[in-house]
Amino acid sequence: MARRVYSEPGDRIVSRDPVEVKRYGGLTRLNHWVTAITLILLALSGFAFFDPSLYWLSGLFGGGETTRWLHPFIGIVLFLSFMLLFLQLWRYNIMRREDLVWLSNFRDVVSGHEERLPELGKYNFGQKFVFWAMFWLILVLIISGVMIWYQFFPDLVSVETRRIALLTHSVSAVLIILTLILHIFAAFWTRGTLQAMVSGRVTGGWAWRHHRKWLRELARRQRADPAE
Amino acid sequence: MTVSPMMDSPRTAAANPPVQPVQGNMGQAAVVRSSAGGPVAAEPTALTPVAKLIDVSKCIGCKACQSACVEWNDTHPEIGANVGVYENPLDLTPDMYTLMRFAEYDNPDSGDFEWLIRKDGCMHCAEPGCLTACPAPGAIVQYSNGIVDFIQENCIGCGYCVSGCPFDIPRLGRADHKAYKCTLCSDRVAVGQGPACAKACPTKAITFGTKDDMTALAAERVEDLKSRGYDNAGIYDPEGVGGTHVMYVLHHADKPGIYNDLPENPQIAGVVENWKGPTKTFGLAAMGLAAVGSLVMGLMTRSDVEAEDEQRAADMVDRAADPAAPPEEQV
Repeated sequence: MARRVYSEPGDRIVSRDPVEVKRYGGLTRLNHWVTAITLILLALSGFAFFDPSLYWLSGLFGGGETTRWLHPFIGIVLFLSFMLLFLQLWRYNIMRREDLVWLSNFRDVVSGHEERLPELGKYNFGQKFVFWAMFWLILVLIISGVMIWYQFFPDLVSVETRRIALLTHSVSAVLIILTLILHIFAAFWTRGTLQAMVSGRVTGGWAWRHHRKWLRELARRQRADPAE
Repeated sequence: MTVSPMMDSPRTAAANPPVQPVQGNMGQAAVVRSSAGGPVAAEPTALTPVAKLIDVSKCIGCKACQSACVEWNDTHPEIGANVGVYENPLDLTPDMYTLMRFAEYDNPDSGDFEWLIRKDGCMHCAEPGCLTACPAPGAIVQYSNGIVDFIQENCIGCGYCVSGCPFDIPRLGRADHKAYKCTLCSDRVAVGQGPACAKACPTKAITFGTKDDMTALAAERVEDLKSRGYDNAGIYDPEGVGGTHVMYVLHHADKPGIYNDLPENPQIAGVVENWKGPTKTFGLAAMGLAAVGSLVMGLMTRSDVEAEDEQRAADMVDRAADPAAPPEEQV
């Protein structure tokens, strides 16, 4: 059977008429949605402290004080959840030469001329960018977040360092929300993508159009499948 | 002497309290600035600006001010252990709003060994860093007489004020998660009395009155110190924070750092200004534009999978599954 290069264990052709492809297992999807929900909760609670005009959002969490102690704990959950996701997916998100070609022909991506783009594995440059942006920003946010977690770490860093941590935390938060907007937008804009994280399956056409190397690898792996 | 209850701000801390009932004048009506867009008075009562003057050259380090502070504010500082220094407690705490800090200074110019004692506590800045940093509406307010006060019921315990303060003054309670600091005895000043520390000070090293009176008194004291050989005596009323409503007379005003790291030119840190300023403005703008932009683009355009994509996928999958089939055509 063809060796896996572009696909995760578990990725497979589920049916041939019509073609349906398994993209994410149940645990990965659960993992993704825990991360997604915690990130949204963190954004909402963080907004309350970001600007006075958004302070009313703290009401969603039971007031300013509750929001203040809850936010870091949600952050810990997000960090652990994302790390689990990271361990499953990092291998398929390593940048390759074809990603740069894809990026340099970004105009064709937007205008829908995907035939002019290189064939791709499980992820394209955009998806890989979101993955690594999330990874680095979450790392920066958790580290700066602990530094400003006054309830438990009042003496961890000096006042000067904590000021830098506060600035870093808020700038990174803005960046991660921009990344989140990009992620949500791309998932909706590219029709057929969302179901990968809902049912776990995508159509063959979607896989052929956007991730052909991945589909081909899975197609070739079918040969020994009857014995499995 | 008894302070007239009609007087808007007390002129001294030494006077006895008024004997007739007095309506406090430092309520919401006198709030000129409030953290995170909290409520301010539309037409604030114009109270005469007040100031506390701490003349370090007169201080004998008796800590009566600390005792008076604890007594008036009814705080219960933890009983510590003697570790061989004069400071007690070792630092400001949520229960100790003011602290005598002792420094031993070997004066290289005179060869004298000097004992410099500074009463540390909130400086009541005209431009308060704590208020700038605070995210909770109305948790930190500034009154028209210059007093900066923490309103604990609005405080959420985030500790941003600690990072905002150029003097490292606010402290968070470990049990109630509320920030505390010197109130300049706002609850006494509101009813015509001076701060407890000033009232208790046996040498008048701490005096209280209008900012103008205190500035004039400070100038007198500086002149006196200069006449006695302290050429660098001066007033500490730092411009970087717009001036303060707690001022010092220092015999070495050219070197405030020797008084247990009194900052030479305190101001709200650039990092804090950037955090509370451009980060918000640009951040909100960027997030708003991204959200609206992607919504518009998402409504106007989309990337669809076409029927022929499905067919090609089926071809690819069928061909690969059938060992006898010819290899997939290159597309």
